[in-house]
Amino acid sequence: MNDFPWLTVLVVLPILGALASALVADRDLTKKVGLGFSLLTAAWAVLVATTQWSPSEHLTETHAWIPAFGTHWALGLDGLSLVLVLMTVVLVPLVLVASWRDADAGRPRAFFAWALLLQAASLLVFTATDVFLFYIVFEFSLVPAYFLISGFGGAGRSRAATKFLLFQLAGGLVMLASVVGLYALSAQAGEPSYLIGDLAALELSPTAQRWLFVGFFFAFAVKAPLFPVHTWLADATEQATPPVSVLLVCVLDKIGTYGMIRFCLGLFPDASAWATPVVVTMALVSIIYGAFLAIGQDNLLRLVGLTSLSHFGFIVLGIFVANDAGLQGAAIYMVNHGIATAALFLVAGFLVKRTGTARISQMRGWEKRAPLLAGGFLVAGLAACSLPGLAPFVSEILVIIGAFEHHWLVGTVAVLAIVLAAVYALWTYQRIFTGPGPELVLDDATEQPAVEEHRPDVGAKEVGVLVPLLVALVLFGFWPQPLLDAVQPVTDQMVQLVGRTGPLAEGGAQ
Amino acid sequence: MNTFSEPTLDYVELLPLLIVFGVGLLGVLVEAFGRRGARHRVQVGLTLLGLLAALGATVWVGLDLPEHGSARGTIAGAGSVAVDGPAVFVWATVLVLAVLGALLFAERELEGGVSAFAGQAAALPGTEAERRAASQGLDHTEVYPLMMFSVLGMMLFTAANDLVTLFVALEIMSLPLYLLCGLARRRRLLSQEAAMKYFLLGAFSSAFMLYGSALLYGYAGSVDYARIHEAVAGDSQNDTMLAIGVGLVLVGLLFKVGAVPFHAWTPDVYQGAPTPVTAFMSAATKVAAFAALLRLLYVALEGHAWVWQPVLGGVAVLSMVIGTLMAITQSDVKRMLAYSAIAHTGFLLTGVLGLKTAGAVSPDEITSTQAVLFYLLTYGFTTLAAFAVASLVRDGGGETGALDRWAGLGQASPLVAGLFSFLLLALAGIPLTSGFMGKWAVFEVAASAGAWPVVVIAVLTSVMAVWLYLRVIVSMWFTAPQGPAPSVTVPSLLTSAAIAVAFAVSLVLGLLPGPVLDLAGNVGQFVR
Repeated sequence: MNDFPWLTVLVVLPILGALASALVADRDLTKKVGLGFSLLTAAWAVLVATTQWSPSEHLTETHAWIPAFGTHWALGLDGLSLVLVLMTVVLVPLVLVASWRDADAGRPRAFFAWALLLQAASLLVFTATDVFLFYIVFEFSLVPAYFLISGFGGAGRSRAATKFLLFQLAGGLVMLASVVGLYALSAQAGEPSYLIGDLAALELSPTAQRWLFVGFFFAFAVKAPLFPVHTWLADATEQATPPVSVLLVCVLDKIGTYGMIRFCLGLFPDASAWATPVVVTMALVSIIYGAFLAIGQDNLLRLVGLTSLSHFGFIVLGIFVANDAGLQGAAIYMVNHGIATAALFLVAGFLVKRTGTARISQMRGWEKRAPLLAGGFLVAGLAACSLPGLAPFVSEILVIIGAFEHHWLVGTVAVLAIVLAAVYALWTYQRIFTGPGPELVLDDATEQPAVEEHRPDVGAKEVGVLVPLLVALVLFGFWPQPLLDAVQPVTDQMVQLVGRTGPLAEGGAQ
Repeated sequence: MNTFSEPTLDYVELLPLLIVFGVGLLGVLVEAFGRRGARHRVQVGLTLLGLLAALGATVWVGLDLPEHGSARGTIAGAGSVAVDGPAVFVWATVLVLAVLGALLFAERELEGGVSAFAGQAAALPGTEAERRAASQGLDHTEVYPLMMFSVLGMMLFTAANDLVTLFVALEIMSLPLYLLCGLARRRRLLSQEAAMKYFLLGAFSSAFMLYGSALLYGYAGSVDYARIHEAVAGDSQNDTMLAIGVGLVLVGLLFKVGAVPFHAWTPDVYQGAPTPVTAFMSAATKVAAFAALLRLLYVALEGHAWVWQPVLGGVAVLSMVIGTLMAITQSDVKRMLAYSAIAHTGFLLTGVLGLKTAGAVSPDEITSTQAVLFYLLTYGFTTLAAFAVASLVRDGGGETGALDRWAGLGQASPLVAGLFSFLLLALAGIPLTSGFMGKWAVFEVAASAGAWPVVVIAVLTSVMAVWLYLRVIVSMWFTAPQGPAPSVTVPSLLTSAAIAVAFAVSLVLGLLPGPVLDLAGNVGQFVR
């Protein structure tokens, strides 16, 4: 059965789901169809992972697509791809359930169709092994993301969506210049081909490598996001609905860090080593600056968005210190951050639905009215500040070890962020949940959904959404080994690539 | 010296041109002798049949091109017409676009039983004569033969192998277009003003081109492309004369493709002309004029590339930047599309810069000709469909292009708004649309030939351009209408078919461009 297109089916399922939910006229049915397809995709992914996949033998599919451009419909599933694919297929159904009621306010058909299309794009990006295919889908994923932000959410969503799109496109088009350049070099060397394997075998001059690296890295830095090209993030997460933010920050932004590992390190190891000092500095600034920005926010959704800036700083730091601990930490950080931030966003969303405002200064004492929600927030918040026993701790500690191996100063600065993270997580909890019982805020200028006076603590659907995430947080906190085992072959290969060709150890030790 | 040898005309190779010409003449006879009531039906049928027959003949000619050096093709018409791979490719493109254009011309549902053209063009606007023409339901069916002649000019322009044929073809192509632009049924003053501007500026640029041709003749001693190529290759003392001649001829060609700084006519003409004419003209003229430009530069002036490449690079940058910036400030959809057409001219010129000598191209690498031909194809269909869709959106006073009147179109007609959004995304070059594939191709050849700075600017203007298309999408989907919502008139089968075909081509070329790209690659080089 190895000729069976397992991966193509994985990508096509959500596309079919998007078409189906766009065509079904009935409001209720369209949501059920959409959710059904997302569950089917998840089941398929699990099936592929359990029956078809082993760390040594990757699934691959390669067909010529546009011969004149040297592009292929080439999909592959190595350990890194696998963990991100599984994270995506688990998060999307949860997001759909979490938006069950929100979607009614707008057009549920559009919401479910765009969300599934975004899922398909993400899956394709994580599995593409052809640079052109990757680029095309990387850019195309902006279309569903744009319509999800601008069609649903707060009053300023149109502006936020436009800002999001222009930032991302600017990054993407700079990358296009590098993609085009790769073709030219590949054509000069013989037969033009965009397969990652063929490109990695090219002998590139240091200058060419550096220019190409800059193009790719810029796009991924905007995507991830990294200081100083992060400014779209807070606006987008403030205006989008929290489930959409989950798709954006937890799934879509992973493409940035994934791309850094796969393309920046994989294709341009010398240039990556060359750029390490600058990138590490940017990552450190992101970690600290993101944490301070988060502490200073009064809008809960902005706050959660900005904590991610800090976390992405950690991931990028782990990638570019490029040693075993750092890279492994970064790779599983991507998954753990996805789970933890998804939980935080969703809890925040449920809370905002009850309070009628996202402004922290107008909330207090909510643990009396919604104790379960308060508990959920606390766990998710503690995960965000990497409490031992919860999943992000493992990855963060690995990254910090890697940073110390790289240079003691880098490690010291990174450690400071743990303190700051405790401030934004716990202080926020204190302001929102403790104190005298809440006064209901009637209506904010931001036209949040009207508050339902007697809404229960958490509804059945909300529990259903949060429990899997919280369970995963604890599970991977105590038993991270499956994740580490999956990503290890990839990280080993990258360490070897960069270590073999770049004098990284000396570069960092000065 | 005194004997007169009869020129041999290769009738077989020239068959597509002859069919178009013959049908155009037949159309004139129908106008002279046909019954008024029947003319519309007869003309539409004749035009469509003629175009399809010419398309068939083009395919037939294309399948049977002889080898000619490293390229494929033959030089017909006593040395004045080159029938080669690129020419045949462009002929087919122009003919298909003309079929779609003819379908749009024939539309009579949108105006309630009459076409988009003036009932009686000679009647002054606002007079009794005009009212009478309107109330009797008169129609100018002369537009069909005019269109055929224009198509003939475009095909000849593409294949012109000497400067005189080039000039004659330019005039055959342009004169009918000047007339067609002035024939709008509604807003006639605007339409006539557009035609007048187009005519005056066009005549002016023709004069430049003619003077340039004369200088090139003086330089090379011949108007023949191959002879000019030899003269450029040979050591000559008259480089100044060559440079001025090339510059002046380029003025004429760049005017036709609408490149900055010869672009001033574009927005007025695109806005004022009847929308079916704009759709046809914006697509087909650009295709033909670019093919002619490529042939002149690659065949006659290849050895002079070190002079014209920097100049064209500058023109490309100006076109992209000014076209995009001006498009952002427009409040009318047709004007916006016109400025975006100028920006696209800049992208196409970027591809023209990708000329490399035959030895420098890697065997499997795409060539500059291939890239530009493919871009022309994608752009032609997308822009034709965009104008056709724009002609459907109306309010009380007929067609409305004002952007603020398009607000809320997504609610009023999701289908039309969805179609238009897709076409805008294709124009913006978002991946998985045909526009992206075209852009990638022209950027690649330019980068490969070393025009890095132009490519970087092209990439940056692409980002700006997205904002401009996005503005329309936001207006259609996410803005509440001021006053009554815009209405969408349901067109007849003709316009629907034209839009459907053009849309399908845009969609397919975005997903599976392989076969068409290969075809554009297989046409090979221009013959010399």
